[in-house]
Amino acid sequence: MQSLILSTAIRLLMPLFLLFSVFLLLRGHNEPGGGFVGGLVAAAAFALYSLAHGAEAGRRMLRVDPRLMVAFGLMTTLVSGMLPFFSGQPFLTSLWSTFPAPVIGHAGSPLLFDTGVYLVVAGMSLLIIFSLMED
Amino acid sequence: MRHLFLFLPLLIPLVTAVLGLLAWNKPRLQRMLGVCGTATLLASAAALLVTVLKEGIISAQAGNWPAPFGITLVADIFSALMVLAAGVMGLAVSIYSLADTDRHHESVGYYPLLQVLLLGVCGSFLTGDLFNLYVWFEVMLIASFVLLAMGGRREQMEGAIKYVALNLIASAFFLAGIGLLYGVVGTLNMADLAVRLRAVPHVGTVPVIAVLLFCAFSIKAAVFPFFFWLPASYHTAPVAVITIFSALLTKVGVYVLIRIFTLIFIQETSTGQPVILAATIFTMMAGALGATAQPELRRILTFCVVSQIGYMLMGLGIMTPLALAGSIFFMLHIIAAKSALFLSTGIVSRLTGTTELARLGGLYHKRPLLAALFLVPALSVAGIPPLSGFWGKLALIQAALGTGHYLTVTVALGVSILTLYYLVRAWSEIFWKKRQGTDNDEYHHVSPTHRRQMLVPTVLLASVSLLMGIAAEPVFRLSLLAARQLLDPGSYISAVLGVRP
Repeated sequence: MQSLILSTAIRLLMPLFLLFSVFLLLRGHNEPGGGFVGGLVAAAAFALYSLAHGAEAGRRMLRVDPRLMVAFGLMTTLVSGMLPFFSGQPFLTSLWSTFPAPVIGHAGSPLLFDTGVYLVVAGMSLLIIFSLMED
Repeated sequence: MRHLFLFLPLLIPLVTAVLGLLAWNKPRLQRMLGVCGTATLLASAAALLVTVLKEGIISAQAGNWPAPFGITLVADIFSALMVLAAGVMGLAVSIYSLADTDRHHESVGYYPLLQVLLLGVCGSFLTGDLFNLYVWFEVMLIASFVLLAMGGRREQMEGAIKYVALNLIASAFFLAGIGLLYGVVGTLNMADLAVRLRAVPHVGTVPVIAVLLFCAFSIKAAVFPFFFWLPASYHTAPVAVITIFSALLTKVGVYVLIRIFTLIFIQETSTGQPVILAATIFTMMAGALGATAQPELRRILTFCVVSQIGYMLMGLGIMTPLALAGSIFFMLHIIAAKSALFLSTGIVSRLTGTTELARLGGLYHKRPLLAALFLVPALSVAGIPPLSGFWGKLALIQAALGTGHYLTVTVALGVSILTLYYLVRAWSEIFWKKRQGTDNDEYHHVSPTHRRQMLVPTVLLASVSLLMGIAAEPVFRLSLLAARQLLDPGSYISAVLGVRP
């Protein structure tokens, strides 16, 4: 069933959703938010788009295979965990840069880890949603 | 960089699984990744064992948060040996799967899932934190649910539902135990728990928690009276999958039982000795009697898995160094021998298309090597010298005699005879008796490559069992060292917390 209201609204809302998800990802550092919920919001944006235009259009809008998103997300978290090995520290030790970065304060390996989580959660939810819609 | 050795057995399967995800539509690449990944895992496990032997118990804190606040990984000889066994089994099953796995299973991610399963198993062996252990159990279970239900045939779904339901109940028990324990003690780091619980006599909630956890891991390890899910579900899955399940998943349950009851609940182990020994006796008997009554090979072997779990628990019930060493030796032996039996069963079913004993027969004329490959591990499981099972049982029975547990000894010996009976009966039905119905000995064609891929891991595991029998002493000395470490929790605690308690 095509809903005119939904398909019009989602065109306007989608950029907002995606921006908000990135905002949540960056904010999650010290305050509520983070990669998990950010990824869910990003997945919700694409899920709503697919509800309005069909799963096929949703996949085209996403451009990448959600399975690849999961794989790259896992890789990113793994790399962020393995970075401390180079300085002889255990897996997952947080490394912080000393340069202050705009918006987020200090960049560090936890942000990289969160980005990986963001990709995994978004990819996994979309993988489930798309396969359920196409069933 | 000692901590690297602790992280590698976790990172290697995870990286391999992720690479498998990237190579989703390339089955050839996935197969190669599976074999290479498990070979690397085996190498890293060997390195871990060497390190532990050289330097004693090692520990690492993920995230560099000091224990008991961070997540601790610990390896002593026992856990390093188990990780090594997981590496060997992973490699053997990955090679066997090359010939045994059909296209459909490959297309839904069989190889990456196998890696995730190994990740969960290695994590459970190496973690030093109870809640973290719960997480690894879930990782392992989720992978095993999918592996068991893959293919989606009717009887497979039936088996999978029983498996999932019982394991979820066990997880609920486990989680309830963890919650209560945290409420009482205020920590979940195993070394820290051991320190705090050894100082006071256990009254009130602590024994209840011990019973809850005992039930939870007994379900996972298929101990009497919680064993019934295992024969009901295992026989439905493909042979490669049951092999790795029976080799590793139940053993994780036994491993955790031994770990927490030698480290945390020491007082309960001595007061609960009659209960543990009763569970041991009934597990051995129930499994052996069940196996004797079965007319189908895979069902016989799944009941046999249950029966052998009893022997592994025996060491925990007796709690002397010799008994625990016997248990550890027995675990290593049964992982190799039982898996060789399962894999050769797989070859039999591939050749004849059936595992019903009534419809098998006469295989000896055409496949003498296969007959030997089935017979050697079968005799080893039954405990015939000089094969590995004999030495494990010898140590356990010696320990039981030394402490005066004559009933346990009687049952253990009786069950050995029953085991010999039903395995040799199965062997003679498959290989010796005349095949009913068909007058010619026609078998399904198996291509030479597939034959090699199936035979190599089977021969490897059977010869591990043979070697562990002939050269039992070094392995047994290793088991004895591991048992001594288990009975001296002080060294574990000081390795984790950095102070001598």
